[in-house]
Amino acid sequence: MEWLYWFSRFENTKPLGLLIFFVCFCLIVIYVYGSKARGEELESRGNIPFLDEDSDTEEAK
Amino acid sequence: MAAVGVASAEQYNYDIVRKFTIMALVWGAVGMLAGVYVASELAWPFLNFDVAYITFGRLRPVHTSAVIFGFGGSALFATSYYVVQRTCQTRLFSDGMASFTFWGWQAIIVLAAISYMLGYSQSREYAEMEWPIDILIEIVWVAYLIVFVATIMKRRQPHIYVANWFYLSFILATALLHTFNNLAVPVSLFSMKSYSLFAGTQDAMTQWWYGHNAVGFFLTAAFLGMMYYFVPKQAGRPIYSYRLSIVHFWALSFLYMWVGAHHLHWTALPDWTSTLAATFSIMLLLPSWGGMINGIMTLSGAWDKLRTDPIMRFMIVALSFYGMSTFEGPMMSLKDVNALSHYTDWTVGHVHSGALGWVAMITFGSLYHLIPKLWDTRMYSEKLIGIHFWLATIGVLLYITAMWISGIMQGLMWRAFDDFGNLQYSFVESVAAMHPFYAMRAIGGMFFLTGMLLMIFNAFMTISRANRNVSVAVLNPARAAAA
Repeated sequence: MEWLYWFSRFENTKPLGLLIFFVCFCLIVIYVYGSKARGEELESRGNIPFLDEDSDTEEAK
Repeated sequence: MAAVGVASAEQYNYDIVRKFTIMALVWGAVGMLAGVYVASELAWPFLNFDVAYITFGRLRPVHTSAVIFGFGGSALFATSYYVVQRTCQTRLFSDGMASFTFWGWQAIIVLAAISYMLGYSQSREYAEMEWPIDILIEIVWVAYLIVFVATIMKRRQPHIYVANWFYLSFILATALLHTFNNLAVPVSLFSMKSYSLFAGTQDAMTQWWYGHNAVGFFLTAAFLGMMYYFVPKQAGRPIYSYRLSIVHFWALSFLYMWVGAHHLHWTALPDWTSTLAATFSIMLLLPSWGGMINGIMTLSGAWDKLRTDPIMRFMIVALSFYGMSTFEGPMMSLKDVNALSHYTDWTVGHVHSGALGWVAMITFGSLYHLIPKLWDTRMYSEKLIGIHFWLATIGVLLYITAMWISGIMQGLMWRAFDDFGNLQYSFVESVAAMHPFYAMRAIGGMFFLTGMLLMIFNAFMTISRANRNVSVAVLNPARAAAA
C-alpha cells in the first residue's frame, strides 16, 4: 500500500489532475468536432425545442 | 431521432409551472423592494428608524435571499419543469413530489426572511439560513433532483437536450455546495443557533467555494439552461451551434469549481490557492464568451427581431450583460486589480451587472415567453413589455455606473498616502464621498423595481383575461366559439 502515499503529495497529484482533465477536455473536443457525420447529427439536436410545437396555444390556433 | 407528435396541455403538468411562475413574480417584487429599501438606508440612514428588525444588516439577507432564491429559484423551478417536459416530451414525474417542492421552497423563503429579521444568521453570505431551514432545503432539493432525473429517465426523446444538462448540473452542484457549506453544530436541539464545523481560513475557503459556485451554478449554469431553450424558441431558430453548447457545458462545469478562492486574495489563504483561483477565473472567460456568442448568434439572419420584439431585446441584452460581467469577473480576479477592487462597491456593481443585467433580464424575457403559453393566451400589453425593458436597462446602467465610480474612488482613497507616508484620507471621508453615488444606486434600483411592478400588472391582466375566457367557454360554449 506504500504506493498510495504517492497520491498524498501535491507535487504529484496536481500535474496528474491537470493531465486527466486536459485529456478529458481533448476527448470531448475530438468527439464534438472530430467527425463531420457526428457533427451533423449533433447539430440536428438543436431542433429538439421545435419538435413539440405550440399547437395547443391560442396563437397557433 | 424520434419526433414525437403534438402534445396537449393535459399531457404536461403546467399547474406546477404556473405556481412557480407567479411566485417568481411575487418574490421578484418583494426582493427588489427590500433591495431598494436597504440601498436607500445606505444613502439616507434615517430610514433605519432605530428599529432593529429593519436595519441594513437584517434586511440585506432578506433582499439577497428573496431575489436569488425566491425570484431566481422560483423562476428556475418553473422553467426547468417546463423545459424538461417539453424537450423530453413527457409529463413531469410525480405531481405530488413536484407540488411538495413548491410548498417546501416557498416555506423556506418565508422562514428565512422572518428569521433574518429576528436576527438569526449563520453569517455566511447567500447561506445565512440557520440549520433547521438548511435541513428543509436539503429535503426539498433532493425531491427536486428526483423529480427532474426521473422525468429525464422516462423521456420519449432519445437525446437529452443541452438545456437539461445545464439544469441538472445546477441541481447537482447546488446539492453538493449546500450540504458541505452548511455543516454546523447546533447549540442545542431546540436552539436556532449553530456554529460552523470549519474554522479560520478553512471556514472562509468553504464559504467562498460555496459563494462563487452559487454564482456559477445557481446564477449562471441554470440560467444558461433557460437561455438555451427560450432564446431559440423566441428567435424561432435552433441554437447557433449545438456542438459549441456541449463544449460550453463541460468547460464551464469544470472550470467554475476552482475559482472561489479569488474572493480571498491577500488574506491568510495560501498564495498558491489564490493564484490557482485567479488562473481558472481567467480561463473561465473562454467558455463564458463561447456561450454568450452562441446565444447572440442564434439571432443571425433575424436581427430585425431586435427592433420589433421586446422579449428578444430582453434576451439579447441579458446575453450582452452576461458577456460583460464574465469579462469583468476574471479581470477583478487578478490580484493587482483585486487589491484595488476588493471590499469596495465595485464588487457590488459587478454582482448587480450579472444579477440584474443577466439573471433578471433573461428571466424577464423567458417569463414573457412562457406566460402566454401557460395560460393559452397573448400578453395583455406588448407596449408595457417595451416600457419594462427600458426601465430595467436604465435601472441597471444607473446602478452599475454609480457603483463603478464609488468603488474605484473608495479603493483609490483607501490606498492614498501623503508625502509623509500617512493615509491621506480618513475612512469617514471616503464614506462622505460615496453619498451621491449611493443615492444614484437607490434611484437605479427604483427604476428596476418599477419595471418589475409593470411586469406583474401585465401578467395579472394577462392571466385574468385568460381565466375570463375559460369561464366563458365553460358557461357558454356557443358564445365562446362565436368569439
